[in-house]
Amino acid sequence: MSVLVYVEQAEGKFKKSVYEAVSYAKAIADQQSTNLTAISIGNVAEDELKELGKYGASKVLNVSTEQLKTFVNQAYASVIANAAEKESADVVVLSNSFSGKGLAPRIAVKLKAGLADGAVELPTTDGKFAVKKTAFSGKAFAITELTSANKVIALNPNAFGVKENATDATIENFTADVKQSDLGTVIKDIVRATDKVSLPDAELVVSAGRGLKGPENWGMIEELANLLGAATACSKPVSDADWRPHSEHVGQTGISISPNLYIAIGISGAIQHLAGVSSSKVIVVINKDPEAPFFKVADYGIVGDAFEVVPKLIEALKAHKA
Amino acid sequence: MKILVCISNVPDTTTKITFTNDNTEFNTAGVQYIVNPYDEIALSKAIELTEGGKGTVTVINVGEASNDPTIRKALAIGADDAVRVNAVPRDAYFVAKQIAEYAKDKDFNIILTGRESIDYNGNQVAAMVGEFLDIPSISIIKKLDVDGDSATLEREIEGGKEVVTVSGKFVASCAEGVAEPKIPNMRGIMSARTKPLNVVEAVSIEEVTKVTKYETPAPRGQVKLVPADQTEQLISLLHSEAKVI
Repeated sequence: MSVLVYVEQAEGKFKKSVYEAVSYAKAIADQQSTNLTAISIGNVAEDELKELGKYGASKVLNVSTEQLKTFVNQAYASVIANAAEKESADVVVLSNSFSGKGLAPRIAVKLKAGLADGAVELPTTDGKFAVKKTAFSGKAFAITELTSANKVIALNPNAFGVKENATDATIENFTADVKQSDLGTVIKDIVRATDKVSLPDAELVVSAGRGLKGPENWGMIEELANLLGAATACSKPVSDADWRPHSEHVGQTGISISPNLYIAIGISGAIQHLAGVSSSKVIVVINKDPEAPFFKVADYGIVGDAFEVVPKLIEALKAHKA
Repeated sequence: MKILVCISNVPDTTTKITFTNDNTEFNTAGVQYIVNPYDEIALSKAIELTEGGKGTVTVINVGEASNDPTIRKALAIGADDAVRVNAVPRDAYFVAKQIAEYAKDKDFNIILTGRESIDYNGNQVAAMVGEFLDIPSISIIKKLDVDGDSATLEREIEGGKEVVTVSGKFVASCAEGVAEPKIPNMRGIMSARTKPLNVVEAVSIEEVTKVTKYETPAPRGQVKLVPADQTEQLISLLHSEAKVI
């Protein structure tokens, strides 16, 4: 018995959400008095792999096969499931990232395992192995028992935190046979906005709605976000009107986020919007309508016109930083 | 071209979510059900791809007869026929297995789902169907172009997108942007009544997950209001009290 964590790399580096997954997997390994093995696929330098020891991985399987350098959902799932079998790992943990969401279900089927995705807490240790996960787009949580012998958990970003647990990680090369039929998809291009903070795992988010009146007014939102090191987001009417890209839409039919700080500007707070952001740790609402429903679920609020408040907020933030 | 679209029957987006029986069951009293909004995007794309005699669209749902109005809605939007696998949809693993069992000898070129259902937020069914059928699956796509036997898709990744090509059969889960949701017109609504809705029985599989309890998020305290001309006070609260900046 052991725990296996898949550590997703992007351009040879691990992100904070990966260290969160490793920390979480280490805590499960401790619950079960067993060891944690990590598996990395792609081109990652040895120093970066060694980093994983800091969060509790005692062994790192390194898959650097040429044909697996770029992400192929099917093949990656085969390799991870294969590693789980070879390591006798009955719990597989990965980050609930975009790629993780494509991988976890395939790994679960291969291992005949129950899958808890969107996990926000450690499994219970009352003999039930029940995992708390988000449900109803943030309106509730479902405590889901994984009743199968093998178990797969996809951990939400920003839910568990990074916990250091210094371990000396040994690095082993791992090879697994990949079927030709597992290589059915080919990546033609990757477009990444490198100057922006990615929304799903952002710690701070500045979001704006219809109250901004038009796409030309987003300059101050971006300035505020840049000053904070925050990602930008928007409400559904804004992305529907093409003022902002769909990838920024948070809410019930957009993406659900749980940053440390969510600043909502000119968003009234319809139930569908609240669903996607209600698990944010601190919510700040700026709205000129004192009756806006968003104030009922906010921690801090300013009743005022965004066009007056936001520039002042930017000034105050600059003064605070100086 | 034959396309299968998997649809889920979910509570309307405005539903206030509550639970009964000591928080072990979702309270369905007074709840309006709809076609999962992301599945509607998948369905709209499938219709777009097959319009003008270029193919057919079948919708599949795993559920009981109470789901039929939702399935008829999908037929009204423009699916050609529908299949309901008669079973309580236990979890994504169960649902995906039923869909794969139905699809395995039907020769569908493309199987589409929504990126996730808005009730259990799984995003599991598409990739699981792909795995059961041993064909590629591409999750959370924003764009889909089909050219003969191959397709080009744009998949969402953190902070950007990935352009992926695939040839042959595949499964994909659709996010916003793939297609504009189609609204049923009067002709669609009329014809939906007579379109085929076939009911098939479920295959039995082992249980892998079970929801034991639900919780609702802890309520927040009273909002602290800061005067509009004292933004520095907000910054100071966020710094020293909330400790988030």
